[in-house]
Amino acid sequence: MLTKVHSGLDPVPGVWWKPAHKAEKVWVAIAFAWCMVLFAMMPLWHWKGGQNPSGIRRRVDPVKYYQRSVEFAKQYKIGEDRGIPIVAPPPGAEVYLTGMTFQWFPILQLQAGSTYRLHMSSLDVNHGFSLYPMNVNFQVVPGYDYALQVTPTAAGDFRIICNEFCGIGHHTMVGRVIVVDAAGKTVADNSHAVIRDREAK
Amino acid sequence: MSTAATFPHRVCPATGRVIAAAAEPLIKVNAVVAIVSLLVGAIAALLLVLTRWQAVHLLPAVWYYRILGVHGMNMLIFFIIYFEMAVLWFTSTVLLNARPANPKLGWFSFGLMLSGTLMVEWVQWTGRADVLFTSYPPLKAHPGLYLGVILFAVGALTVTGLFFATLVIAKREKTYEGSVPLVVYGAVTAAIIAVITLLHGAMIYIPTFLWSIGLIKSIDPEIYRMLWWALGHSSQQINVAAMVAVWYMLSGLTIGGVVLNEKVSRSAFVLYVLFISMASAHHLLVDPGFGPAWKIVNTSYFMYMAVLASMIHGFTVPAGMELGMRLRGYTDGLFGWLRRAPWGDPGFSSLVFSVVVFGFVGGITGVTIGTEQINIIAHNTLRIPGHFHATVVSGTAMAFMGATYYLLPLIFRRKVAFWGLARMQPYLFSIGMLLLSMGMTFAGSFGVPRRHWDISFAQAPFDVQFNPAVDIVLAVMGIGGILAVTGALAFIAIAVKSVFFGEAITTWPLGKDIAGIPQGLTTPPVHAANVDELNDALHAESRGIAGATPGTLVLVGIFLLAFVVYYFTNWKLLSFLWKVG
Ligand SMILES: [Cu+2]
Repeated sequence: MLTKVHSGLDPVPGVWWKPAHKAEKVWVAIAFAWCMVLFAMMPLWHWKGGQNPSGIRRRVDPVKYYQRSVEFAKQYKIGEDRGIPIVAPPPGAEVYLTGMTFQWFPILQLQAGSTYRLHMSSLDVNHGFSLYPMNVNFQVVPGYDYALQVTPTAAGDFRIICNEFCGIGHHTMVGRVIVVDAAGKTVADNSHAVIRDREAK
Repeated sequence: MSTAATFPHRVCPATGRVIAAAAEPLIKVNAVVAIVSLLVGAIAALLLVLTRWQAVHLLPAVWYYRILGVHGMNMLIFFIIYFEMAVLWFTSTVLLNARPANPKLGWFSFGLMLSGTLMVEWVQWTGRADVLFTSYPPLKAHPGLYLGVILFAVGALTVTGLFFATLVIAKREKTYEGSVPLVVYGAVTAAIIAVITLLHGAMIYIPTFLWSIGLIKSIDPEIYRMLWWALGHSSQQINVAAMVAVWYMLSGLTIGGVVLNEKVSRSAFVLYVLFISMASAHHLLVDPGFGPAWKIVNTSYFMYMAVLASMIHGFTVPAGMELGMRLRGYTDGLFGWLRRAPWGDPGFSSLVFSVVVFGFVGGITGVTIGTEQINIIAHNTLRIPGHFHATVVSGTAMAFMGATYYLLPLIFRRKVAFWGLARMQPYLFSIGMLLLSMGMTFAGSFGVPRRHWDISFAQAPFDVQFNPAVDIVLAVMGIGGILAVTGALAFIAIAVKSVFFGEAITTWPLGKDIAGIPQGLTTPPVHAANVDELNDALHAESRGIAGATPGTLVLVGIFLLAFVVYYFTNWKLLSFLWKVG
């Protein structure tokens, strides 16, 4: 029995380029319009929104980058926590963070409301920068310097979790970012850092 | 059938199609190896989910990362691609009543794929390739990992070539009239994407292999990431195209679903071919190697034209099912067609769950986290595996399982074993997968990283306190995972029992329910006698926009609403973050 309808399993005789039903056309048009909304949101957010992964990107020699990071830490060091320097760069400074198996170097102390240029790179393999509890995530790739303008919004004691597999100690790779309020006060318990700083002096 | 085949063959008792003797074993071996890979992957999945469920935390760190690599390879590469090879052989021969091109080369390609598979399994299980599935350099694995993947890819590429050659033979020998069926057209789409994907695989795995044996000094990690994802993500687009083809196939087999409009459905497949490969750029949205212009151009409308294609299929597949049922006389109300569908047929329930979970959970989350800025709150968190377990596993794997219930009697000529279990299996598996992927998605929204052994951070220098809700969603993930693995193991048990020890059948009486044979084969869906009249009435202008498929229009409306709400909720969440730019 030859009918006008057939399933997707049957070969299609003759010309199948036939006009679609109204409902189908309407759905295609709605879906297309929605896809254009999805597309428009990305450029729009660059213009109107405050969270964009643009930043400055350039190739960099991992060892030289790490040396720069160590110099930076020396320059603005204010204390130490678990042997890792706590570094408090002034607002507007270039800030250098290095990921390496299995730690983040150094500990950053930033001021809420101030803007910094945060450079991120890796000394060895891929790492993932994941700021907790903010849930801000970036890929940290060896040989590439990723510099983003960041402005912390409120004081707090933050963690950097590595969220890219970087070897067997990956799950121990946790760093720290301290954000102090505009008056320079920390809201979180930073006692370890303070004590070690005193001992160091 | 219209043609008298001139090659050794048999004629299928249910569908009347010609099944070439040379094609049958090729379909069978690929399907069997696919299911063995699924078994390995499913056991790995159970161990992983019981480790990620922090309250259980089963495996030690080394074995967690090792098994994670094994799981990825077996599920995403071996299970899926072997099954796709079976789909290519099936669609090009059985659906077109054709003989396969060069079966000897087909066997040689299968041999290549199998030796590649065994090589990869060996290096992974022996701890020589603890670099996970993505193997980002400078992490380096034993050369056997890269060589194994290359052998496998060359084999798969050759089978794809034989698929095209078979289409040419079928056309030349006039084994069918007119244009190829839509299902074959979908398989052609999958095959074209497979060629693009596998060539990218060669571009990246060959230099990486040379690097692993010391012939090349270094691999740029960012270029590796770009090319690897052109393989890693595009390979999932082969799945999508193959899955949609299987949707149309199961729709036709189970309830006599029809094609509403060939032009619309085929154009959507063309959109996949043109645009879907660029979409792999969305893996690099928060990478340092590329600027915003590159990121937006390569995702933006390229990706959204592929999204459009999926949204079109998301309408045409259920609409085809609705119209098919209405043309068989199930015309009551908006959803009478759905209520009176054969929910006990595992082929049908698999189809429905595949469409629903793929669209609602996989599709919506995927498009959302594939947005340049929203990716900031999703990148490498558990949201990512949450998304692809909804697409690849709930969507593709579910569709392939559903197809298997029909392939067992049609190709293997066996009854489906454990019939009662088989009728329940799609429910068990899809509910499990739904819980698993939702659990992962929500845990990721709280910032829980993927690929991470211990989120209690016991040995880390600084403590990390997750929101207490994380414990609950991880428990949901764990329970979902156990259910899903149970469903997968049930499927494997059914498939293995049927294939190797099943009750042989060559023919069966029509019109009578028989345990072990899906309903679509015992009582093939038949249109009402006045099908053309019904069709004209349903398409009458007076019915307005609701047209022939009012129920589907309501369903896609709900889908669009969910999509819009989820998408803008994510922008809202993003705006709470630090200023970043
Ligand atoms: Cu790391």
